[in-house]
Amino acid sequence: MLKKLVLDGIDWVDARIPMTETWNKHLAQYPTPVNFNFWYFFGSLAMLVLVNQILTGIWLTMHYNPSAEGAFASIEYIMRDVPYGWLLRYMHSTGASAFFVVIYLHMFRGLIYGSYQKPRELIWIFGMLIFLVLMAEAFMGYLLPWGQMSFWGAQVIISLFGAIPIIGDDLTLWIRGDYVISGATLNRFFALHVVALPLALVGLVFLHIIALHEVGSNNPDGVEIKQKKGTASEEAKGKFTFHKQYSGKKDIIDAVPFHPYFTVKDIMGVAGFLICFAAVIFFIPEGGGYFLEPPNFEAANGLKTPDHIAPVWYYTPYYAILRAIPDKLIGVVFFGGSIAILFLLPWLDRCKVKSIRYRSWKHKLNITQFIICFIVLGVLGALPATPLLTTIAQVASVGYFGFFIALWVYSKNEKTKPLPTRLTH
Amino acid sequence: MKKLMIALAALCFTLPMFAFAAGGNVHLEKANYDLSDKASLQNGAKLFMNYCFACHSTGHQRYQRVATDLGIPDELMRENLIFTDSKIGDLMHNSMDKKESAKWFGAAPPDLTLEARLRGADWIYTYLHSFYVDESRPFGVNNTVFPDVGMPHVLEELQGISIPTYEIYTDADGIEHKKVVALTSDESGEMSSDEYDQAVLDLVNFLVYAGEPNKLERQSLGVWVLAFLFVLFIVSYLLKKEYWRDIH
Repeated sequence: MLKKLVLDGIDWVDARIPMTETWNKHLAQYPTPVNFNFWYFFGSLAMLVLVNQILTGIWLTMHYNPSAEGAFASIEYIMRDVPYGWLLRYMHSTGASAFFVVIYLHMFRGLIYGSYQKPRELIWIFGMLIFLVLMAEAFMGYLLPWGQMSFWGAQVIISLFGAIPIIGDDLTLWIRGDYVISGATLNRFFALHVVALPLALVGLVFLHIIALHEVGSNNPDGVEIKQKKGTASEEAKGKFTFHKQYSGKKDIIDAVPFHPYFTVKDIMGVAGFLICFAAVIFFIPEGGGYFLEPPNFEAANGLKTPDHIAPVWYYTPYYAILRAIPDKLIGVVFFGGSIAILFLLPWLDRCKVKSIRYRSWKHKLNITQFIICFIVLGVLGALPATPLLTTIAQVASVGYFGFFIALWVYSKNEKTKPLPTRLTH
Repeated sequence: MKKLMIALAALCFTLPMFAFAAGGNVHLEKANYDLSDKASLQNGAKLFMNYCFACHSTGHQRYQRVATDLGIPDELMRENLIFTDSKIGDLMHNSMDKKESAKWFGAAPPDLTLEARLRGADWIYTYLHSFYVDESRPFGVNNTVFPDVGMPHVLEELQGISIPTYEIYTDADGIEHKKVVALTSDESGEMSSDEYDQAVLDLVNFLVYAGEPNKLERQSLGVWVLAFLFVLFIVSYLLKKEYWRDIH
């Protein structure tokens, strides 16, 4: 009786919107490569953190006061007087750092397995746009507590736009809405942080996933799981039924439906992630001064410059590149270029083999040096600049950009290993 | 590549040095405070309200919350620790005028609610031990942790005052400087050195509490959350294994 009622209900909905159809197409009958490894947890984790940021953000907004006079005190009001406000706030502030941790690991996965290569260029582009919007989102969010580091960090970054010839000064004025960072800046950053950019983020995530499902996931072997219709053996195709959108035109090998196989696997990933996330929230919410910086426990004061202004850790690699170059304008160009060049990755890599497993020693070495340079720049960007450190930052900057140039050069005629015909697992 | 390796090696050796330098040049004493010690927190609150609060508000916390957290009955709190005409549910603001006080001290005395999170417990602990006689300053005292601070040594009646020992050194440009190398108490205070250490520790304890009143609750809740998540992880691992058995 109840079962019939539920089934009738589903039919009723399905006759009006494609609910079951969408469920099957994107979850229960979506073919997923069977050999996904550890690195494939971070996509779903990024979505989890996005949801965390949106939900905690909504509740923080209920108590936050977006004005220069009241912002700082309202954060402390949330931390003290709002029941479990401290938990919401720490979930949000730790969530910001966690977002970048999972996104960087997610991007690293794409990098080593060549997930940006044809035909997945658009997935990469949407992903990079998400990363770009996320950086803007985090930057504007960081101003909202209206602490010293909020204020002076924003001051440093906004002043970078002033280096642009001719329009620079007008542009900074337009961004700030005032001649200095003020309540006007805070209010517009609040609007962008809680409405405009989250909408853009959610929209881009939607496009990222639609683009992914259109061409299908890459995997650690970088070998396609879709073959020409009628060429695969029954054994290779396996026992699962996939949606006709995927299996109609191609034979699908070595795949399992996303649900339930990867839903249960991702739940395990979520539990593992939450252990780390909760450990930070409950035991080291300041993240050793990197997630919540000590100077930010002092209210913003435009007349008192802190001894050392460091951006939050996730911006430090690019900030180190900016500081490594003595000329401000050229520095800003390379600062922007360090992000922009990532967009071009699908076209800079001219190799036909995707995964690092089957690529040359040159590629392995190049990726290794790139990661080392990235981390070195990240560390340097958080430290005060000295002549020695600036020299090291310059070397690491060369390594950062050198990665892309070298990749373009050797990938044309790269000596790769033979690819397997089936996924290895 | 070689250049890169050398730079990396250099970085590995030098980074810890810079990290140390960034922490400031003054040696800070360790403050072994204990947030679960209610007697210490109560004494800290008493000292704070009597010696500090006239100039420094803790304007983000409320009297009522302090009373509840520290186990002080409302009546006692009202009678002994509320010196303004504030109600017990009010935020802890003193009655000093910011503009006037900026004239008196050079800068308005800062709100101290978050001081322990801003500078650290060790910093406050050491700072309150580091006042010394310096007749060139407006209040006749200076501080080794916060040179030329605009604050008098308000705990002088407890600690007494320290006499500095100077060392003269010449810098690279041949200019002579003197720096304080040791402080010796004149022992004119009401408290012995050990008693003063304990009093300052209680004060620091109170300020650490004020910085984050939920800290103990956070940590004890965290244990339960982590315990739950470990169980969830094991169950989800077994579930995953069960589903994947027919794949592998």
